[in-house]
Amino acid sequence: MISLAGLNLILPQLIIALAAVLVMLFIAVKRSHKFSFIFTLFAFAAAAISVLYIPRGSFGVSSLFVVDGFGKFFTVLIACAGFVITLMSYHYLNAREKRNEEYYILLLLSSLGALTMVISDHFVSFFLSLEVLSVSLYALIGYLKEEPAGIESGIKYLVLAAVSSSFLLFGISLIYMQTGHLDLSGIAAGLSPSGEFSGVFIAGLAMVIVGIGFKMALVPFHLWTPDIYAGASAPVSAFVATVSKGAVFAFLLRLFYSTGGLENKNVWTAFTIIAVASMLFGNWLALRQQNIKRLLAYSSIGHLGYLMVAFLAITDRGMQAATFYLVVYFIGMLAAFGTVIYMSNKKGEALYIDDYRGLFWKKPWLAAIFTTVMLSLAGIPLTAGFLGKLYLLTAGTEVGIWLLVIVLVVSSGIGLFYYLRVVAVMFAGKNENEASSEPVIGKIFPHGLVLTLLFLLLLWFGVYPSSLLEIIQQIASVIR
Amino acid sequence: MTLVYIILILMLGGLISWIIAGKNSLLAKGIALLAVLADLVIIIGFWISVYDKFDLGSQQWLIDYRVEWMPQLGISFHLAMDGLSLLMTALALFLGAVSLIVSWNEIGKNLGFYLFNVLWLIAGIIGVFLSLDLILFYFFWEVMLVPMYFILAIWGHENRRYAGMKFFLFTQLSGLLMLIAIIALYFIHGKNSSQYTFDYFALIGTSLSAKTGLWLMCGFMIAFLVKLGIVPFHSWLPDAYTQSPTGGSILLAALMSKTAAYGMLRFVVPLFPEASKTFAPVVITLGIVSILYGAKLAYAQTDLKRMIAFSSMSHMGFIMVGIFSFQALSYQGTIIEMIAHGISITALFTVAGVIHARIQTRDMDQMGRFWEQVPKMGAITMIFVLATLGLPGLGNFIAEFLILTGAFKSNVTLTVLAALGLIASMIYALVILQKIFHGERRKEWKLTDLTPREVLAMGCLIVAIVWIGIYPQPVIKTAQPTVNSLEQNSNNTTFVNDTGPTNKTALKNGDENMTMARKTSTFFLSLNKKGGGK
Repeated sequence: MISLAGLNLILPQLIIALAAVLVMLFIAVKRSHKFSFIFTLFAFAAAAISVLYIPRGSFGVSSLFVVDGFGKFFTVLIACAGFVITLMSYHYLNAREKRNEEYYILLLLSSLGALTMVISDHFVSFFLSLEVLSVSLYALIGYLKEEPAGIESGIKYLVLAAVSSSFLLFGISLIYMQTGHLDLSGIAAGLSPSGEFSGVFIAGLAMVIVGIGFKMALVPFHLWTPDIYAGASAPVSAFVATVSKGAVFAFLLRLFYSTGGLENKNVWTAFTIIAVASMLFGNWLALRQQNIKRLLAYSSIGHLGYLMVAFLAITDRGMQAATFYLVVYFIGMLAAFGTVIYMSNKKGEALYIDDYRGLFWKKPWLAAIFTTVMLSLAGIPLTAGFLGKLYLLTAGTEVGIWLLVIVLVVSSGIGLFYYLRVVAVMFAGKNENEASSEPVIGKIFPHGLVLTLLFLLLLWFGVYPSSLLEIIQQIASVIR
Repeated sequence: MTLVYIILILMLGGLISWIIAGKNSLLAKGIALLAVLADLVIIIGFWISVYDKFDLGSQQWLIDYRVEWMPQLGISFHLAMDGLSLLMTALALFLGAVSLIVSWNEIGKNLGFYLFNVLWLIAGIIGVFLSLDLILFYFFWEVMLVPMYFILAIWGHENRRYAGMKFFLFTQLSGLLMLIAIIALYFIHGKNSSQYTFDYFALIGTSLSAKTGLWLMCGFMIAFLVKLGIVPFHSWLPDAYTQSPTGGSILLAALMSKTAAYGMLRFVVPLFPEASKTFAPVVITLGIVSILYGAKLAYAQTDLKRMIAFSSMSHMGFIMVGIFSFQALSYQGTIIEMIAHGISITALFTVAGVIHARIQTRDMDQMGRFWEQVPKMGAITMIFVLATLGLPGLGNFIAEFLILTGAFKSNVTLTVLAALGLIASMIYALVILQKIFHGERRKEWKLTDLTPREVLAMGCLIVAIVWIGIYPQPVIKTAQPTVNSLEQNSNNTTFVNDTGPTNKTALKNGDENMTMARKTSTFFLSLNKKGGGK
């Protein structure tokens, strides 16, 4: 039973849920894009700040949720990402779409799904969160009514996500059949500690992996990613790349670490294959992309593969590495899509690498930011991406999973090719055919400011990450 | 703190000159040069003040600066300086200043960003020479990479994008292998002593099984061999050296390759003494192949810069032979070779740049009989061509002579083969002179002789190379404590490995080597006297 006293534990989730309802009510009274925008901003900020009022320690809220340091950390991360995406959406929507107010409802709702997912301790709450997240995403992806590509990818996502959800449901029911529990601790208790799982349980777990793998876009469940990224509007792509994947990854950590599912050799091997395939294929397929959003899509597949290396280490250090890397990945991806938004105009987005030709001579500051982002994604020192990768390598080396470590190194070598290609284009000669004289969407405020902030964060965490590391070390041992 | 300031001055200087270059390019260049010169003055002042301390029994480390950086991971910000890093830092600053002077008017577009990259590159190089935390070392190792990539890919010659990409990929990938080796070493040390740290002093005593040691050492060695451009890891080198603008070629060939040699001396030999002994024959063979193959390729080139690039590769082979002979004499030779080669290759690339600026080609088949028109350029080139081929009285001779003398003690056959490189280098070096400044005139060029600015830069280089050739004692003395500790280190391993009676021989060898080290100094003093007598 949930008591009123426990409500402060889920304050961030409540704030976001309430904000979604309020925005909807305001729209019924009066349409104002600016108002919805500002209200949403405040909601995200309040959600992030309200985490401070949650007492320390690990608390169960009914049997569905558990609020601990890990959950709080991800709550803040998702709320901040939501804040940044909202900030970057306003001018973009103004330029490209007429009815914009509902966008914020959908954004809030899908963030709500993510926020509840990271504190889920139960398959029911996980599945509910996943559906809240996905259903609002269907609409968000197809939000731009004039864009056929957007609508197409919305439907594509709808169909595929529905299929993956049914896999997930079937898997959950098989696990329930075997253990008689849906809460994670109950499942853990129902299992033999030696990692000897029955066939039915393995089958259930495999189906859950399919569902989760789809959401995280791991190879071989990744086929939707490039199309959705390219078809959706850039802010929504940023959301899919960060919040949606991050939340599912957080639950993945919780699921497998608290139930000990990885103790089983077969499960571990399956994940290893998935990780290796994601790292190699993600980076390999990105090589020949001319469309920057597709490039980022493949690169994000690769990055999720890197994360799996830390996940498979099954140590505190692996957990910390994964969390740190995810933060870095969030910042990098947000800034990358932020740059795409900045460079877009009324007619369309700056989709092609050639749109960035000679950017350094036109907008040196933006180019410097984008360069840093690319270098961070590639894992070059002075940027946070390097320390993230260092952490991952440490986690992998500690337990001696050499195959994964070597594949990580090789695939980040492949990754260098396309990140550098983007950088090189920016420093190449000026674009001759300056056909599109449309002004870009980006404004100093808020885009320039947000990008600068993300850029500084990348450098800050790349040079002096101690503060972040300290927080991560505190929260990362809670879960096990 | 001095060490931190040295790096900070460069980084700040780079930022400032980037900012103001748009308004006043001359001032920007001035500030960049000033930052490098200020550092050079600091270093030389420091050198003079500690010069008396370099005696045989003295402390190796002159400055040791350490603060916690990421204590959660056992990473500290640890900079330290001994004789070797002092020499290398001074060299980096000296050649950095020269490279700024010689490419003073070369860079037209985006001067500010160029200066920024050059200064940060020098800062990264110096960081590599000074850092004693392995992650910090790796950090600076990679920090060098990005500015160099930009210099190459933005201001390079016709094929710059390809060369830049190749350079970046080779060095980055090999660097990652080194990173894995570093991390593995960290855990092995951590599990042995339950103290998880990347600190050099802590890791240096880590006991490794023979197999692990070999694997880890290979991780380090690949990174260093690639950067040094040793066969078979050299394929990026001619492209990168050739396509860079003059300043970039100088920084690449004269300084960045030295970071690899430095890394072997500082990390590979002390951290993996046994493994490096096991591996030495392979490395020396690779070195000799590089010497001979590089010389052959150099001889076959018509592109002037490409030829110099291969000559550089050939000389890097001597460094390999020097380091992996584990003799005091050859260590000394290696260190002098690093300095002398740095100076002479700078001069050669400058000549190539100067010629390219005047006639817009690097093709030697279109040159000929330049001496008549530009005697100053010819004379200066001759000095450095002679230095490259190892003429006594110039720095490279001392270096290669010492390396071969040292190596002779450890392996006669290989030393004889390496010595063949001296003959080979004579052939290709003289070809440079012959093709460009003598021979028949193939095309009518309007040439102007060196400007006072260029003469000044070359003058500094001439003074330096002659100084090292005639009176290398300051360098030898400064490097002595480092060489001693390297020497002791390799003797200690013999001591651990062998038992019983061989112990005595090991000790005896150690004594002998110590006396050899002492002899080095006296030997050169006597050599100088003889030279003076003539």
